Amino acid sequence: MSLLEIDRLSLQIGNAPILKEVSLTVDPGEILAITGESGSGKSMTALAIMQLLPRGARSTGTIRLSATDLTALPEPELCALRGNEMGMIFQEPMTALNPVHTIGRQVAETIRLHDPTADAEAQARDILTRVGLRPDRFPLSRYPHELSGGQRQRVVIAMAIARHPKLLIADEPTTALDVTTQAQILALLKGLVQDFGMGLILITHDLAVVADIADRIAVMRHGEVVETGPTWHLLRTMQHPYTRMLFEASTHQVNLPAPPPPTPLLQVRNLHRSYRLPRTRLFSPPGQFDAVKGVSFTIMRGERLGLVGESGCGKSTLTRAILGLETPQKGQILLDDTPVGQDPGARRRMQVVFQDPFGSFNPRHRVARLITEPFHLLSAPPTGAARAQAIAEALTAVGLQPDDATRYIHEFSGGQRQRIAIARALIIKPELILFDEAVSALDVSVRAQILDLIADLCRTYGLTYLFVSHDLSVVRSVTDRVMVMQAGEIIEEGLTETVFTNPQHPYTTKLLEAAPKLPDLRMQHSGDGSI
Amino acid sequence: MSRTLVIGALLSAVLIGLALLSLIWTPHDHTSLNIPNKLQPPGAAHLLGTDQLGRDILSMTMVGARTSLGVALLALAIGLSVGVPLGLAAAMHKGSWLDEAIMRGNDIVFAFPLLVMAILITAVFGPSATNAIIAFGIFNIPVFARVTRGGALPLWEREFILAARVAGKTRAHISVEHILPNVLNLLIVQGTIQFALGIQVEAALSFVGLGVQPPTPSLGRMLADAQTLVTLAPHLAIVPGLAIIGIVMGLNLLGDGLRDALDPRLQRART
Amino acid sequence: MLRYVLKRLASLVLSLAVASLIIFTLIEVAPGDPASFMLGINAQPETLAALRAELGLDVPKVQRYLNWVGGMLTGDFGTSYTYRTPVSEMVADRIAVSLPLALYALALSILIAFPAGIFAASRRGQAGDLGVMGATQLGVALPNFWFAMMLVLVFAIHLRWFPAGGFAGWDKGLIAGLTSLTLPAIALALPQAAILTRVMRSALLDVLGEDYMRTARAKGLSARQTLWRHGLRNAMIPVLTIIGLQFSFLFAGTIIIEQVFYLPGLGRLIFQSISARDLIVVESVVMLVVFAVILINFFVDLAYAAVDPRLRSRA
Repeated sequence: MSLLEIDRLSLQIGNAPILKEVSLTVDPGEILAITGESGSGKSMTALAIMQLLPRGARSTGTIRLSATDLTALPEPELCALRGNEMGMIFQEPMTALNPVHTIGRQVAETIRLHDPTADAEAQARDILTRVGLRPDRFPLSRYPHELSGGQRQRVVIAMAIARHPKLLIADEPTTALDVTTQAQILALLKGLVQDFGMGLILITHDLAVVADIADRIAVMRHGEVVETGPTWHLLRTMQHPYTRMLFEASTHQVNLPAPPPPTPLLQVRNLHRSYRLPRTRLFSPPGQFDAVKGVSFTIMRGERLGLVGESGCGKSTLTRAILGLETPQKGQILLDDTPVGQDPGARRRMQVVFQDPFGSFNPRHRVARLITEPFHLLSAPPTGAARAQAIAEALTAVGLQPDDATRYIHEFSGGQRQRIAIARALIIKPELILFDEAVSALDVSVRAQILDLIADLCRTYGLTYLFVSHDLSVVRSVTDRVMVMQAGEIIEEGLTETVFTNPQHPYTTKLLEAAPKLPDLRMQHSGDGSI
Repeated sequence: MSRTLVIGALLSAVLIGLALLSLIWTPHDHTSLNIPNKLQPPGAAHLLGTDQLGRDILSMTMVGARTSLGVALLALAIGLSVGVPLGLAAAMHKGSWLDEAIMRGNDIVFAFPLLVMAILITAVFGPSATNAIIAFGIFNIPVFARVTRGGALPLWEREFILAARVAGKTRAHISVEHILPNVLNLLIVQGTIQFALGIQVEAALSFVGLGVQPPTPSLGRMLADAQTLVTLAPHLAIVPGLAIIGIVMGLNLLGDGLRDALDPRLQRART
Repeated sequence: MLRYVLKRLASLVLSLAVASLIIFTLIEVAPGDPASFMLGINAQPETLAALRAELGLDVPKVQRYLNWVGGMLTGDFGTSYTYRTPVSEMVADRIAVSLPLALYALALSILIAFPAGIFAASRRGQAGDLGVMGATQLGVALPNFWFAMMLVLVFAIHLRWFPAGGFAGWDKGLIAGLTSLTLPAIALALPQAAILTRVMRSALLDVLGEDYMRTARAKGLSARQTLWRHGLRNAMIPVLTIIGLQFSFLFAGTIIIEQVFYLPGLGRLIFQSISARDLIVVESVVMLVVFAVILINFFVDLAYAAVDPRLRSRA
């Protein structure tokens, strides 16, 4: 008999159906991964198990934990189970901890709540040691803001497992973390499952994260479980077309045309940018944070260059400096030997596509006005029919309709908005485009379409771009050459395939090893004959 | 449309409408004295009674409310026209000396309670409606500067502003084209609140003789006149008092309703 | 922490310096010659000269400003021209009425607003919440001096529970003193309590949406425990700001309320001095009120640091 049995769980919030007849089981010591794109209902399933649903949610079906139906339990009994028999970890470690209480107090609270006689402090110390925060280095008196994101996630895990619950639910526990930290947290969770014999439900949008550690996978879409099965079996057979689509989109490879012979377009020479830190002590001089430390590189005309690195490595500062949004203290940025800066002549030759499909447009303007904003850089911007022609051309190029020009941005989906962002970058025919985490906020299926679009544009317009991302697999598929950045410096650069297959720098090796990878099943697939 | 918004809009519209109506019509001439007819309780001839000089209270209240609204509106205009540009400028260069200077200046103005500011100005320049407007106008400046800056700062981090900068637009240009329209919601809401507060401030200042001067009627002046007679004829105080409460409540409800209606977060949740 | 306190202290001193400069400029420089302003247009030249000498107007303005500030630092607020008594003595008597009244009103406001705000937030959208919020809409719109007149009408004149005005004096005992301040304090407090209730409620509701509140629920805390243990302290930051503002509002508000209740506080002193054109008294009393406001804001800043550990370390 299973630890957790969900039987035909349906859920509605107001009149919107969220879950439809979801049935799942978890055994003790088993890791069940629930995966799917945004809106698939995977997080709501987790909240339903914890019985922490938002107001106005109504459910049918049963959720049995050790044979007790949670949907029928009164609130006080649920409180006694939460944190004790079942624990939960959330996505955003930066906000999941109470900022005004110490970490020791927050971990001890779980223990004291369920066992008032326990020596909560000693137990908290033990459990924090178990999750990798030894009290000699991380005293219980630390506040959350004194810890990094990965360390905070460890505290959240400590709180969730302090009472050795039978079931642990982790909702996107590593999505907000860097790849190397992600690998550590996943290893920690796996170790805890083995030690405690817990059942673990791991919710993630990233198939690659779970392929490695999950015993079983459930794929969800639009509130339904479309396919479930043991990890290897499921990945090998992939009965449902949606599972196949997800898998293919995750490992999507685009077809880039060959770059033209190299002639330099943009040259960055010995660039420095530092920020003053607030003083930590009254009479000591303020510290200084060197975001970019002497970076030099060249982008060739027609080349697709990648820039990868973890958060805080300086890639955003570098991007902003190239765009003229930051003034470097030292060094030069030359576009065909002209210094880039406030000079509109150089600036009109570069454009950018940002990450957030929701934040990159003024919600009050129509698409036509949004995408023609770069015309401001031209001395004689087109008007009348020429303007309409340019708008239509840009929209068509990114796979939208010329009619879309009169609509407002909220009428478009995330993927469409990213297309509009690319149209805005294309409209003045720049020589260089910067993609700043341009596909990071998108679901895998949409991401694959945008990457295809970028490859198409390379063929028709001969684009030159710098593709900045933390996602190694994406960079690998859309660039010819790649640079790896760490702590403000470029520590390795070379042809993309060479760097990925034969990294020279230890940090690059570490990054590549930490990155979750999907098993290469293409061979088995074609030999399977069942499709 | 929420119930709050509808009630607030109706209440403000009716009361402000009555005040504006006094420009062309009042039930009686509010300046005509009729001593034999003084201190009449509400009745058929005078709907809300008469005051110690036999003047019609409804007419006085309509004209008085108009004065009070005018004082509040002018002070609001001072606050908006100075405070909003200051707030936009401060947000344009967060942490710069300009930002620091504007925010410290705001703190200093905040250290002078409104009444103290009015007293200072009155002590030197004499009591008048103009000085009351200036005092409350100055008080409004840091309020709007703060609201504008507070709304603008997160916008400067948004990618559509970065995109505009990449398009070569200056910070001042972006402030007017992108920032101002997106903080307008906040300004409308704060504007109704400060407008409502202005009604109360006029009343308080005129009540202690620092605001509107005789013979101009205002809600605060009517209450000042009523103070000594309140035991004899309570309606003298009750009518203008209720008028103040009505206008202020109407505007506050309108502000609350507008905030909910204009909040983009709530809008997204609704669609 | 020390750094934070010193920084706030520096800002306190700076604010006081700028505020005193503004007040001095307005009172002693803006009217031209303060002596002729105080004596009016028909003053005899000899009297004028004498007053100028008495006020020390014959020294340069910068020197006068420094003398004034230096005097206040040593407790010398100058001498009232009309009453011929030291301003510090007059102020001491008056402040013994105004300050307790402001604090009494602040205490009432907090005592009403905290339970009402917590009650409304914990019953969001239900009848209790709607009732409280409706009452606060009325409270916010209430002009305090008008409310004071109504209180006098009902509780002093009809019911005779409280005196209609005047101040018994602290020498008659604490109870007698508080009784004469009760109606004024209620009149001042109720509109402020309405504002504070709304702030308390919305601060709590904002906090309820935070991720750490969900984390607390996942630990097994009940909704009520979560609110008390994790919500309240985080909600205090906006609430403290408003309490600071309310004190300055209440302290200044006593000036008007004293007119309704005929209380011998700072407000009456100011109005008497304005009508007597006694600029020395106006100047000193205004500076005193501003000093109190700035000082309270300093304490509010310290309270922030006590509530929020992030402020202590960031400074």
